[in-house]
Amino acid sequence: MKGRGGKLILFLGWCVISLFTLFPIYWMFLISTKTRVELFSMPSFLPGKFHWDNYINVLTDSAFQGYMLNSVIVATSNALLVTVLALLATYALSRFKLAGKDNIFFWLITNRMAPAAVFLLPLFLLFTKVFVLGGISLFDTRTGLILLYCVFNLPFAIWLLQGIMDGIPVELDEAAMIDGASTFQVLTKIILPLAKPGLAVTAILTWVFAWNEYLFAATLTSVEARTITTGLAEFVTVTGTNWGELAAVAMLTLLPAVLFLGLVQRNIVAGLTFGAVKE
Amino acid sequence: MRSSTIGWLFLAPTLLILLVFGMLPFVYVLVIGFTDWNAFAAVATPHFNGVENYRRLVFDDQVLTALWLTLRFTIFAVVSELILGYFLAQLFMRDFPLKGLFRTLHTLPLMVAPIAVGATWRLLTVPGLGPLSYYLERWAGIEYRLNTYASQAFFTTVLMDLWHWTPLVTLTLLAGLSALPKDPFEQAQIDGANRFQIFWHITLPMLRPVILTTVFIRAMDALRTVDEVWMLTGGGPGAATRYIGLHIWRVVFPKTDYGYGAAMSLLTLYLTIVLCWLLYVALVARKRSGEDSR
Repeated sequence: MKGRGGKLILFLGWCVISLFTLFPIYWMFLISTKTRVELFSMPSFLPGKFHWDNYINVLTDSAFQGYMLNSVIVATSNALLVTVLALLATYALSRFKLAGKDNIFFWLITNRMAPAAVFLLPLFLLFTKVFVLGGISLFDTRTGLILLYCVFNLPFAIWLLQGIMDGIPVELDEAAMIDGASTFQVLTKIILPLAKPGLAVTAILTWVFAWNEYLFAATLTSVEARTITTGLAEFVTVTGTNWGELAAVAMLTLLPAVLFLGLVQRNIVAGLTFGAVKE
Repeated sequence: MRSSTIGWLFLAPTLLILLVFGMLPFVYVLVIGFTDWNAFAAVATPHFNGVENYRRLVFDDQVLTALWLTLRFTIFAVVSELILGYFLAQLFMRDFPLKGLFRTLHTLPLMVAPIAVGATWRLLTVPGLGPLSYYLERWAGIEYRLNTYASQAFFTTVLMDLWHWTPLVTLTLLAGLSALPKDPFEQAQIDGANRFQIFWHITLPMLRPVILTTVFIRAMDALRTVDEVWMLTGGGPGAATRYIGLHIWRVVFPKTDYGYGAAMSLLTLYLTIVLCWLLYVALVARKRSGEDSR
């Protein structure tokens, strides 16, 4: 497949493949812009008249507004917390002589591999019966989710930042130390500016992972701290047949993925393979 | 170098959170698995009952079925993703217009929330609404009903997994292919090897570490699939797509039979680890014996 003809065939081939990738999402978008009456006529792949009623209904629904707000708060707090903790942890692992730090690093990373379903039961019991302080438990709180999501996001963030931290020459912080800078000053004045791009990628990807999470949120919240993913699942079981609104909520759920795609696509593969595959 | 106290201080919050929310649940589930804790039992205080829960598990048909279905799902999904992903990675090895854009588009499903993936596929397959059911019935005369036919539901979950995760396989294999040296391929061509010989004797052995990693990661993810399947089929029809994660979450949980649920959770974790280990040993051992025979 050399030359122009080959390139054209490949290009057209990828157009078809991308069509397969995009079609399910495109179809969902079409459904989300149709009225109930239009839905069950013959499937049409062309956009008709756009009705935004489904989005308006969903976005003005107070329960759904709560879900959205919870998701935004949980994902943002978790991303910030994880990024700060991972920055501190990787700085410690990279710059200090700590006993058994290779083992610690390995143990940190393995936390990500645990299948969520296996830990639902112990976590549910811990959240409702053990992590209780003065009658207030972690169950159904945003704080609970923010802390719990660290279990899968921190290992990822630490793995991602470790490479970046090791890449910053130690001579830079040693020179600053000689000039009388404290550890904190080295961290904020030297490391932080140099690690900024890496920190941004970390924050975005952890945000998306937290936003996308469903199983923990569904099990460890009931009313107050429900997130958008649990709201989406409720459509199927409770409302059943309101497909237009279901599609609208699903579109809103996958929106961040689409928005951030270009920024982090190079890192997501490495992130999903625990760094085993680098590009 | 520097005072290690400060280093430990920086590491402390991370270690604390992972100990409390990562390690503690693991230890806790281990302990509960040896008790008869049941929230609705007459006596609600848990008692140690040895391996009774595990004895029950071995004879629990629902669990065995769920495990078998999960394994079947994993094998079908991972094998087809490997084949399809390898083919697509080879296509990405060549130059063509807008390659970067196609690559980005190809990554999209990886970022989508699994629960939204399930919703998407449900909208494609709902009878009377989804194009899949409509056109299969109209053009191929196939009655496509996910809530009636077990095998249709099963293969649709596999297909959904393919849509969601093939991009990951494509991109890992692409990374592996890009890193291969050019010389062996040129030499083989000079020696007159055909395409299949080059693939079988050069590409495949050299790509083995990357394939191994990919299979390992995909298998671990496929074994714990819950969200998408729950959204698409709800585990049905009957229990045809009730994979083990779904079973623990939807069947064991509502029963509040905590001791038994804990034992089942641990068994699942144990089987996942053993399976991945076997996979690893099998693939590595084959490589070793191949080297010895040379």
